[in-house]
Amino acid sequence: MSTRNITMLQAVNEAMHERMEMDSDTLLLGEDIGKNGGVFRATDGLYETFGPSRVIDTPLAEAGIIGSSIGLALNGKKPIVEIQFLAFIYPGFEQLVSHAARMRYRTRGQFHLPMVIRAPYGAGIRGPELHSESVESFFVQTPGLKVVAPGNPYDAKGLFHAAVKDPDPVLFLEDTKLYRAFKQDVPAESYEIPLGKAAVVREGSDLTMVAWGSMVREAVKAAERMEKEKGWSCEVIDLRTIYPFDRETIIESVKKTGRAAVMHEAHKTGGLGAEITAVINEEALVYLRAPVQRVAGYDVPVPQFMVEDLYLPDAGRMANAVEKAMTF
Amino acid sequence: MTNRHQELGMSDEHVMEMYRTMLTARMLDERLWLLNRAGKIPFVISCQGQEAAQAGASAALDTTVDYVLPYYRDLGVVLHFGMTPEEVMLSNFAREGDPNSGGRQMPGHFGKRESNIVTGSSPVTTQVPHAAGIALALKQKKKEAVAFTTFGEGSSNQGDFHEGINFASVHQLPVIFMCENNKYAISVPLDKQLNVEHVSDRAAAYGIPGESIDGNDPLAVYDAVKRARERALRGEGPSLIETVSYRLTPHSSDDDDMTYRSKEEVDQARTTDALETFRHYLEEVSLLTPEGEEALRSEIRAVIDEATEAAEQASYPDPTTLMNHVYEEGNS
Repeated sequence: MSTRNITMLQAVNEAMHERMEMDSDTLLLGEDIGKNGGVFRATDGLYETFGPSRVIDTPLAEAGIIGSSIGLALNGKKPIVEIQFLAFIYPGFEQLVSHAARMRYRTRGQFHLPMVIRAPYGAGIRGPELHSESVESFFVQTPGLKVVAPGNPYDAKGLFHAAVKDPDPVLFLEDTKLYRAFKQDVPAESYEIPLGKAAVVREGSDLTMVAWGSMVREAVKAAERMEKEKGWSCEVIDLRTIYPFDRETIIESVKKTGRAAVMHEAHKTGGLGAEITAVINEEALVYLRAPVQRVAGYDVPVPQFMVEDLYLPDAGRMANAVEKAMTF
Repeated sequence: MTNRHQELGMSDEHVMEMYRTMLTARMLDERLWLLNRAGKIPFVISCQGQEAAQAGASAALDTTVDYVLPYYRDLGVVLHFGMTPEEVMLSNFAREGDPNSGGRQMPGHFGKRESNIVTGSSPVTTQVPHAAGIALALKQKKKEAVAFTTFGEGSSNQGDFHEGINFASVHQLPVIFMCENNKYAISVPLDKQLNVEHVSDRAAAYGIPGESIDGNDPLAVYDAVKRARERALRGEGPSLIETVSYRLTPHSSDDDDMTYRSKEEVDQARTTDALETFRHYLEEVSLLTPEGEEALRSEIRAVIDEATEAAEQASYPDPTTLMNHVYEEGNS
């Protein structure tokens, strides 16, 4: 299999090219995704290749975009929607949560919606407030939706293929910090990474870190530092699909290590870290040697510009959490 | 002698079928109220006062190819498109065999794939952009068919109304948007909902035709929807049709309309009830006699009796199916 060294943005773009080539019922819809190639350039070149009837620049109206994509999916098409920023999804929230997620359940499987909603998310690129939010918790409370958040170019391409092939709606979250952060060898051919399966990206025996998106890299940095400075061995799990998430991999790891720290950009209260902590408590309490640590964004709106560095969890904050758990 | 329905190209059989749909919807709805007041079913949301618009519009559509995205009052539409009175009863009794949702959804939340009836839910007007999407797929597949969606005048104030119609207009999609204006959004009268005379006036903002029709005149509605359908099939895009009638019942079985409107107003509206006025028309054109009307009513009554009994005896959903159909089975 030939590989190229590409960014996550290129990996997502490439995956879309491949899906569009494989299946003429696949359509792209979104704001500025046509000639402009998307505000992050994720759809670069797709309009030129597939034309305006398959790469549709929509009116600026998120409920209309998601709602009409539901109609397309109901009638045999496979829409891939770009929402410009995750926090711009709110006008379309009802269509996504009240309709896309429930069509199958509501109709006992008569109707189902093969559709993907892509949305860039996350702070750290100097986008003010709503351009920087990590609000995945709204959607992990929504049975019927699947929520995916890749942490590297290789996973992004494989997970994207699996998301488009899935018969149910998938919210595909793309961490903006990762778009151009680093390159990785990615196969030129199409391949799938199954949804719902986490990856152990670093093995360890003293503590389990659970993260997704760009937080995986911060977790790995913290793990390396702890190894070097303290001789502590941390395992890092990249959750990849954050709902429904891979409980088995987390529990298996915690049973081995006896300690855990969950890391996410989203606000701490009610964040997915709380749920993961609860699952660990329910299923592996007697294995724990310390309370599960949570490294999360603070409970404030994402601050703007330079102040966001104070908000964002990083390797340093993860290292503090590890120390707390190890010395409990 | 020619008469109105023949002028519109409708056969006698076609017009009688339309009347039968109106009458079935009314009688079924009345039975639902009785069952609710007898404590047998928990909730009713009515079509009464809108049957003419629903039956007239449906008669102009092709049930074999067109998609309907109804709203919760559209009993007349779904009966025409192939939902049976028994299925309606199964839904109202929340029984397993309910085709809409296996007894999970509120009554009036219609969805039956084999009849091209697309499911919706309680947040109003969200079906409008769905209709636009279905129509875009029809256009891309070059199908000779339309998407037909309905909603109330109150819900025409929602953003989804605008976003859906705008999208359909920009792409010249084969959709018919039909607003069933029954003068009330639960308790709020028309003059507190709109600052224009007609919901159809809003069509101008989308560059599409808008037409306001007497919703108690099924032939006028038939004619308007037929023209809109032909227009859509010619590739000329969507239309907005408003049918004006009156909601003869409270909003639902849980509402007391006497807190916000007078009995005199409702009684006045009953004088133009299409179930009366259109029956007179059919008598005038010699398609119906009082005896014929009674025979038709008996026949429908028997169907409803049977449907009620069957639904009452049917089983509730199996508790072991609670977790099914959240995702494709075996894929989560």
